Amino acid sequence: MPNALKPSERMRIPRQHPIEQDAEARRRNFDEVSFGFDESLVSREMLRCIDCKEPQCVEGCPVGIDIPGFIKLIVEKDYLGAARKIKEKNYLPAITGRVCPQETQCEAVCPIGKKHQPVAIGKLERFVADYERLHNAFNGFAVKDKKKEKVAVVGSGPAGLTCAAELAKLGYNVTIFEALHAAGGVLRYGIPEFRLPKAILDSEIENVKKLGVEIITNFVIGRTATVDELMDEFGFDAVFLGTGAGTPTFLGIPGENLPGVFSASEFLTRVNFMSGYRFPEYDTPVKIGRRVAVIGGGNTAMDAVRTANRLGTEKSYLVYRRGRGEMPAREEEVQHAEQEGIEFHVLTNPVRIIPGNNKWVKGMECVRMELGEPDESGRRRPVVIPGSNFIMDVDTVILAIGQRPNPILQATTPGLDMSKRGTVVVDKNCRTSRESVFAGGDLSRGGATVILAMEDGQRSAAAIHDYLKVGREK
Amino acid sequence: MFEILSKEILAQSVTKFVVHAPYVARKHKAGNFVIIRVNDHGERIPLTICDSDAQAGTITVIAQTIGKTTKLLSLQNAGDSLLDVAGPLGNPTPIHNFGTVVCIGGGVGTAEVFPIAAALKSAGNKLITIVGARTKELIILEKELRSISDEFFITTDDGSYGTKGLVTNALGSYLKKNPDVKGIYAIGPIIMMKAVSDFTNPLGISTYVSLNPIMMDGTGMCGACRVSVGGETKFACVDGPEFDGHKVDFEELMTRNRSYMDLEKVSLDRFNEEQVGHSCKGGVREAANA
Repeated sequence: MPNALKPSERMRIPRQHPIEQDAEARRRNFDEVSFGFDESLVSREMLRCIDCKEPQCVEGCPVGIDIPGFIKLIVEKDYLGAARKIKEKNYLPAITGRVCPQETQCEAVCPIGKKHQPVAIGKLERFVADYERLHNAFNGFAVKDKKKEKVAVVGSGPAGLTCAAELAKLGYNVTIFEALHAAGGVLRYGIPEFRLPKAILDSEIENVKKLGVEIITNFVIGRTATVDELMDEFGFDAVFLGTGAGTPTFLGIPGENLPGVFSASEFLTRVNFMSGYRFPEYDTPVKIGRRVAVIGGGNTAMDAVRTANRLGTEKSYLVYRRGRGEMPAREEEVQHAEQEGIEFHVLTNPVRIIPGNNKWVKGMECVRMELGEPDESGRRRPVVIPGSNFIMDVDTVILAIGQRPNPILQATTPGLDMSKRGTVVVDKNCRTSRESVFAGGDLSRGGATVILAMEDGQRSAAAIHDYLKVGREK
Repeated sequence: MFEILSKEILAQSVTKFVVHAPYVARKHKAGNFVIIRVNDHGERIPLTICDSDAQAGTITVIAQTIGKTTKLLSLQNAGDSLLDVAGPLGNPTPIHNFGTVVCIGGGVGTAEVFPIAAALKSAGNKLITIVGARTKELIILEKELRSISDEFFITTDDGSYGTKGLVTNALGSYLKKNPDVKGIYAIGPIIMMKAVSDFTNPLGISTYVSLNPIMMDGTGMCGACRVSVGGETKFACVDGPEFDGHKVDFEELMTRNRSYMDLEKVSLDRFNEEQVGHSCKGGVREAANA
């Protein structure tokens, strides 16, 4: 009986490693990199949880999943029960099991990690979510108390999907408005197939629909209808804004508008959202040169450079102005990139992009940097080393230096307070300056993670529920 | 799905569609565009909305066949549906009463000029319209524009209709006699918009152009449509599509628009081959049935 193991025995079990596609093979295909755990790996990993009296991992999880609870159900081989336990707090477990930075959240505070490696919570989550999906076992939740109010959710990314799912479960009539032709937001246009297969995303979205949520695509809030029209003409009682931060920023250096220079948003949208990697079978072309430089050090930069590599470049460079240790990307993504042969040029910053005779990019002038005193973000500020200019031989430059929220909402929603960075200002309950309008995810955070967007979705749903309840009780 | 209610061939390779898109029709203003996708494997392309009927829930778009997607579109018929239509996108054209205004349409750009010209006329302007094309067959919307214009001119490159020459020639002769023009709208090929802007710049006449860069999402997300205007980078989809013609870097726009030319050709060639294949198979089947 495995439950009879003493904590010291549990701790002696080494952390299990997921099966991964071989780096040499995967660097040229779009199949998923990690196959996750199989049942035998799960059956070892589950024993490593010591079921703490006051589980830190639940505190470390932005959406508060009952982690020891679902692991206990795994131990009982009740995988569907475990999936349902997760879904009490998280409607997108097959996604978070893949893209969540567990190493800085639940796994960072796991006490096993003090002396050994923490329990692989994320991989266990992924296993049960996939198990449920493969057995087609999710059929929604019974709604006891159907409400008459209608809530509009703007944007179908992680914040919107979560908010919609939570509200539907509470009995509200929820409609998601999506500007693009398919739902998923950044999960579809941003995160590549090899990290989050579209089939899995599709199935998670179907699960949200099973809760009664309606999704209307090709509907651009601010253009097709404004936020005010949603309330005044379409009869919605509250609106949640979760339109993310999809507008790319540029460096403002000479040569940035040359053909051959792309924002990571454009590049990834072409490849992921429009299936451009399957051109000409799919109509959207993607142009990638022989030698590609991706500028940036975040997850988007890693996604872009690994995607470029898969399209068959000779050289794929990652160019980042700080050091490897300062990269905001997840460690797992950085390691995967390194394994796949991406060349890292850290402490390097572009100052000019150089055109060739045909005006296409021919090179990129860079300077070397060194790290100075810490800046407001607490990271050491990169400082230019004078006279260190050199030219990188590249023919494609992809900028992944950050995104900001789309300007359409701001321009078309009077009275919606925005910060200088273009993010929507919210209080701790995700309330905006406009009554009955709530916001969360990257739209208010300005570039964070999937799980933090989901936390906002959850928090907003609770706030909207409170807000509408007051109206009902009047 | 967005049903095509009617189709009309306006000129060789220029097709007009009336499409059921009630949400778009409800909000359409002159200068707006839509992003469409014909089918599941299709790309997203922008098309200017030329007209709309909010009551009927329809919009009118006019497309010139250039690449694969516009060719595929041209083969759709009434009763078929477009998979996706999103909009209305872009900023509506600011409509002022200038007194006298000149609207210039080049080629299929004439379709984009039409709703703007109509709105300017309604706003009380004296409307002068110049329509230019390579040759007579490519002149579109003549009747519609003529009926709302106070004065109307046609130019063709080959002289097959109207005055032989370019729209700038017609503009030049009009301005010589009527120097009090305060606003000009020019929509057509980049080279034409550049020529008009270069011509009016020394005269100090406000000139608005509607830009047609490569676009994907049309909602400010990708930056493919970025253009330099007065030294600043703007996104045509959310900051435009209309800009001050005197400030636009047309050279850069032309260069950027050529970015995918080789792949566009691959796509079109492949499509043409498939079409040939289809009609051959169709022929065989018909022969077998006969």
